[in-house]
Amino acid sequence: MSAPTADDLRARVRALLAENDPKTVARLDFLRARFDAGLAWVHFPAGLGGLDAPRSLQSVVDAELAEAGAPDNSPRQIVIGLGMAAPTILRFGTPEHHRRYLRPLWTGEEVWCQLFSEPGAGSDLAALGTKAVRDGNGGTPANGGVAGGGDWVVTGQKVWTSGAHLARFAILVTRTDPDVPKHQGMTYFVCDMSAPGVEVRPLRQITGEAEFNEVFLSEVRIPDSQRLGAVGEGWKVAQTTLMNERVAIGGTPMPREGGLLGPVAEAWREHPERRTPELHDRLLKLWVEAETLGLASSRLRQQLTAGQPGPEGSVMKLAFAELNQALSGLEVELHAEQGLVYDDWTMRRPVHIDFAARGPGYRYLRAKGNSIEGGTSEVLRNIVAERVLGLPSEPRVDKDVAWKDLPK
Amino acid sequence: MTERADSPDLLYSDVEEDLRASVRDLLTDRAEPSALIARTESAEPYDLKLWHTLAAELGTAGLMVPEDLGGHGGSVRETALVAEELGRSVAPVPFLGSTVLATSALLAAGPAASEVLGRLASGAVIGALAVPLTTAPGADFPSAVTVGADGALSGRVGAVADASVAEVFVVPAVGPDGPGLYTVDASAAAVTELVSLDLTRRISDVVFEGAPAARVADADTAPAALQRALTVGAGVLASEQVGITDWCLTETVAYVKERYQFGRPVGSFQALKHRLATLYLELVSARAAARYAADTLANGHEDSDVAVAVAAARCSPIALHAAEEALQLHAGIGMTWEHPIHLYLKRAKSDDVALGTAGRHRARLGGLVDLPA
Ligand SMILES: Cc1cc2nc3c(=O)[nH]c(=O)nc-3n(C[C@H](O)[C@H](O)[C@H](O)COP(=O)(O)OP(=O)(O)OC[C@H]3O[C@@H](n4cnc5c(N)ncnc54)[C@H](O)[C@@H]3O)c2cc1C
Repeated sequence: MSAPTADDLRARVRALLAENDPKTVARLDFLRARFDAGLAWVHFPAGLGGLDAPRSLQSVVDAELAEAGAPDNSPRQIVIGLGMAAPTILRFGTPEHHRRYLRPLWTGEEVWCQLFSEPGAGSDLAALGTKAVRDGNGGTPANGGVAGGGDWVVTGQKVWTSGAHLARFAILVTRTDPDVPKHQGMTYFVCDMSAPGVEVRPLRQITGEAEFNEVFLSEVRIPDSQRLGAVGEGWKVAQTTLMNERVAIGGTPMPREGGLLGPVAEAWREHPERRTPELHDRLLKLWVEAETLGLASSRLRQQLTAGQPGPEGSVMKLAFAELNQALSGLEVELHAEQGLVYDDWTMRRPVHIDFAARGPGYRYLRAKGNSIEGGTSEVLRNIVAERVLGLPSEPRVDKDVAWKDLPK
Repeated sequence: MTERADSPDLLYSDVEEDLRASVRDLLTDRAEPSALIARTESAEPYDLKLWHTLAAELGTAGLMVPEDLGGHGGSVRETALVAEELGRSVAPVPFLGSTVLATSALLAAGPAASEVLGRLASGAVIGALAVPLTTAPGADFPSAVTVGADGALSGRVGAVADASVAEVFVVPAVGPDGPGLYTVDASAAAVTELVSLDLTRRISDVVFEGAPAARVADADTAPAALQRALTVGAGVLASEQVGITDWCLTETVAYVKERYQFGRPVGSFQALKHRLATLYLELVSARAAARYAADTLANGHEDSDVAVAVAAARCSPIALHAAEEALQLHAGIGMTWEHPIHLYLKRAKSDDVALGTAGRHRARLGGLVDLPA
């Protein structure tokens, strides 16, 4: 069977709208119907919210539905679920996982978070120490003292976990074998955030709010059926998550004067009295850069459409981080004495990150995270240098050392 | 605020890739770097035999010209692609002067230009646009050359690209009827080649003293025709700069993988890897900007002025950065005459001021997108 075309998808959108008038059907019911019609993420398999269609055709569906005034699933609010958990579950999960998780994830009924980073393992994710041991009910020494299907008991601390306070589930990487080199002894799970022993504490950040958290895991029981991928293959699974993360963060084409350039250009137009030649040239440099990155994202998307996947995903994330920081810095300056004012330092736990709803000071501070979250710019440069340009890696001191013997 | 063109095609089509392959094959065979270096010091710095193959046999000179005027009925997109390959090779051929600048001026000039246009498009004749290569889109119509009562041209124009091999000049000049575009046989002009910074694209002083001329555009069309030539020129130059960037990055990556110091390939040092990753990002950006400019110019989209300003402002500094990094990372060998990096650096630096500096393009952009000074 050949993949659906843009016209097929338009016909399906019409059928969906005919049966579910967005004006009368409740938002959640509409989203569920959309998922069941295969129009959620069209490149996913049929039955799991998709139609095995080319990824590029998603924009056709989105545009048609937006035009009809249909609600969307607020993709900006469920970034981790859509961008990271879903592709990982799809690739490494069982049919049961697919059935259980993907639909409420896509509709936003169930929020996901990512329990990766630890106080001692950030960029070097494979250094992590959160321990998962199997409960020994009836196991044999040959299989690690474990009967098939037994629970795992997880203990450790995660940090900087975005949205953990809202999350129903988490993707979690743990250490299951400290006696082998670090990349070999990790195992990946789905963690139920309501399980006993999971404790989420807000971690206030430089903007004043607590968008991320510390997560303490104290003897949390996770059934073996919640494992994604084989025991000891957690690194491989995590790689899938991380690759998707970078594309999710950097791969969305921006319209002209979209993103953080919008408020800067607006401030420039509204305040002729604050213009100087130096600010003008900086503004236009950034305008050109933003426009170019918007075009480069579109080009990346066109390449994906034509079936030539490019490694530009990591590079776009890196570029947008730098651009956002330069733009938000300029914006504070453009506001002159108003730039010294901050909108609100109240400690709160936001439901999603909305740069547009806040002031220049917030944007300046929050944009600093863009070059850290989802892999620092330094680490992304390493990735581009080694995986795109094929440059040799630096000598590794940790490759053949058991995790337990590594300096920490 | 203006809008970007709807769904521009930012990729290379299969036909374009075929064209790229033939141009690249030709240049690989006939414009080998060591031969280019030797040629720069010879009595014939331009390779007119290569030019003939490229322009006439491969038909690249007539890509932008409609078939009924003797061309190949392509567009700025294919022309820009050839420029990209020529940037990758810095082959000494008068593509920019003849195929891009003179041809686009004549294309916009109107029917009186058809005959000359046909000769340029076939590759039989080389043309040059008699303006300083530094002239930017949006510049005032030049008044350096004037038209006498007898219709002959007089005046001096400095730094004209590819003029020393041109057989016909397209000259903007001002007469009693206002501005016009004229064609002048090169034998009627005094051309003095200057010692050019760019060894593979030469510039000359051109002096007209009562030179017989034919008017191909009058006051109604000449300013727009010149403007079109400068805009297409700046847009296509961005693709040349993509080619320069691509060559510099590719060569440098290959070199740092092979060159050992301190017991490891120097390319394994993170300080260098990060610089090369940055260049890769710049290349990705430059290519997207240049393709967009070429696509909007090809389709006559109203966003093309913005697209060209963006491409020019972004691609010149990137090409220059790539050439400067290539030299620094090749270090000693990069500083030698025998290694071709200097040809690229010289081209990149001249391109940096050709058809408007990045700063000029940004200033112009400010007006176009309602961000005034
Ligand atoms: C806003 C925000 C949200 C986040 N959300 C989540 C989340 O939801 N879930 C989650 O698991 N994590 C999350 N993180 C954590 C994030 O993934 C880590 O902060 C990041 O991976 C960097 O780790 P680190 O902070 O430990 O820095 P470190 O790894 O300690 O790095 C310190 C410095 O060293 C540099 N460095 C490290 N290694 C290298 C190298 N090989 N070469 C060159 N330089 C290097 C880094 O670039 C950095 O500048 C979030 C972070 C932020 C800021």
